Amino acid sequence: MKYQAVIGLEVHVQLLTNTKIFCGCSTKFGATPNSQTCPVCLGMPGALPVLNKKVVEYAIRAGLATNCGIAPKSVFARKNYFYPDLPKGYQISQYELPICLSGHLDIEVDGDVKRIGITRIHMEEDAGKLVHADVPGAGDASCVDLNRACTPLLEIVSEPDIRSADEAVAYLKKLHQIVVYLGICDGNMEEGSFRCDANVSVMPVGSDTFGTRTETKNVNSFRFVKQAIEYEIERQIDLIEEGGKVIQETRLFDPNTGVTRSMRGKEEAHDYRYFPDPDLVPLVISNDWVEDVRLSLPELPEAKFRRYQDELGLTAYDAEVLTADRLLARYFESCVALAPQQVKTVANWVMGEVARKLNDEGKGIADCPVTPQLLNALLKLMEAGTISGKIAKTVFDEMWSTGKEPAAIVEEKGLVQVSDTGEIERIIDEVMAANQGQVNEFRSGKEKVFGFFVGQVMRASKGKANPALVNEILLKKLRG
Amino acid sequence: MKITKAEVEHVARLARLELTEQEVETFTGQMDAILAYVDKLNGLETAGIIPTAHAVPMENAFRQDEVAPSIGIDNALANAPDRADNFFRVPKVIE
Repeated sequence: MKYQAVIGLEVHVQLLTNTKIFCGCSTKFGATPNSQTCPVCLGMPGALPVLNKKVVEYAIRAGLATNCGIAPKSVFARKNYFYPDLPKGYQISQYELPICLSGHLDIEVDGDVKRIGITRIHMEEDAGKLVHADVPGAGDASCVDLNRACTPLLEIVSEPDIRSADEAVAYLKKLHQIVVYLGICDGNMEEGSFRCDANVSVMPVGSDTFGTRTETKNVNSFRFVKQAIEYEIERQIDLIEEGGKVIQETRLFDPNTGVTRSMRGKEEAHDYRYFPDPDLVPLVISNDWVEDVRLSLPELPEAKFRRYQDELGLTAYDAEVLTADRLLARYFESCVALAPQQVKTVANWVMGEVARKLNDEGKGIADCPVTPQLLNALLKLMEAGTISGKIAKTVFDEMWSTGKEPAAIVEEKGLVQVSDTGEIERIIDEVMAANQGQVNEFRSGKEKVFGFFVGQVMRASKGKANPALVNEILLKKLRG
Repeated sequence: MKITKAEVEHVARLARLELTEQEVETFTGQMDAILAYVDKLNGLETAGIIPTAHAVPMENAFRQDEVAPSIGIDNALANAPDRADNFFRVPKVIE
């Protein structure tokens, strides 16, 4: 029998606020354990949580960017379960009345555009962190750090519209790009700022009844998401083919082995007994507030992608590469603002030399030592014919390591392009005299050796000869 | 009966509480009495009243996103039954 997978994703997005969702403790990563805590996030009796307004603004941003409706009224609820990383014995979340409802994202897989529904987005607090090793004096016990407790999260829940691991990855990448563009999340998957739970089931092709689903927890890279979902689909199909039954359960993906395994024993804990949190008053969001946030939204990747093609005349490929990363796009736009007539050249340099160097050194664009101003100065030197394109790459490498102005580098290293026709003729004559055999070959019709002469002349000029003049004069002389 | 022994045992398990047979008996009786008392509210006519979870008619209590001092590690851990280094020390949790 043929099977069809049905996938829905729950994504937890850690918000880039300065403070926690219900108290003023810092959310800074990497602090001494339990140093960023107070009675509210420690769950002390009598402490009163108060909602961080920024969290609401960020939730509205996420909702608008994913085509959701923003609920005029939403309510916080207590999700009750007992675990050592949750000091209150409940997590403050939203249940029946979340802040955003009914959105969608359009994804593209193998050239086909597909719409993935977003059921809801709600706000909630994170739990603390359990540490099982390397704590002095811990012995065989577990250790709890509550710095992360009460850190603001958005949970973004998709409809079960996804049908393959590739679609799941495309959806996740798009969502990741959006939250980073919005400036509400740093997108760091390794540190857990963007994490995904995958609900997977299978059903016979043509069926309209979903199979029993499993939930695979905390998959923290795009590659692992693909692996985990593919493994889970295969496992469920094999199980059914062997006459077994999929049971509804939580599973954990092990990146070392590439398999998912059951987290038995957590099943009963799914009885969360939600109820409205009496400590937090209802959240009422006016149309004006929503419109203010809408006006403050940055240009989103999809709009940028279209604009780069329509207004800047770039190819779809170039537009995609340049908009993939918000900071790269910003860098590119700064460069274009300085050289509006040279969009294509700027694009080639950013995607070429700049990207190559960043890649070589494992850096992000934020750490690029060649500022848009320096790159522009370099392009100006090329445009004016002071240096050739080839020399420009040498100058670029030098700018990268020294941060010096390109004109200073050209001056210092004597890299000015030779456009003096007398000088070029002299070099060509020398090269031709030294390679009479090839000259004869050329004259007997073997024009392929032309490239050889260009190479020799450029080498003899140490790359400084103006290539256009070299071509012109060389051709004239060779044809005799 | 408003609540059964099985339900009391279930809720106890969710709260990670270990109850003796005698305690289950006692609590079932006590909780049954409490629920029966609260059940009197069901006798009220509430058809025209919007459900609420709050005692005060209020909305939108916010704080600004400004860092306030935390209470310090030693204060945070002062009431902990056990600590190791700067952590709360708890019975081993196996996932």
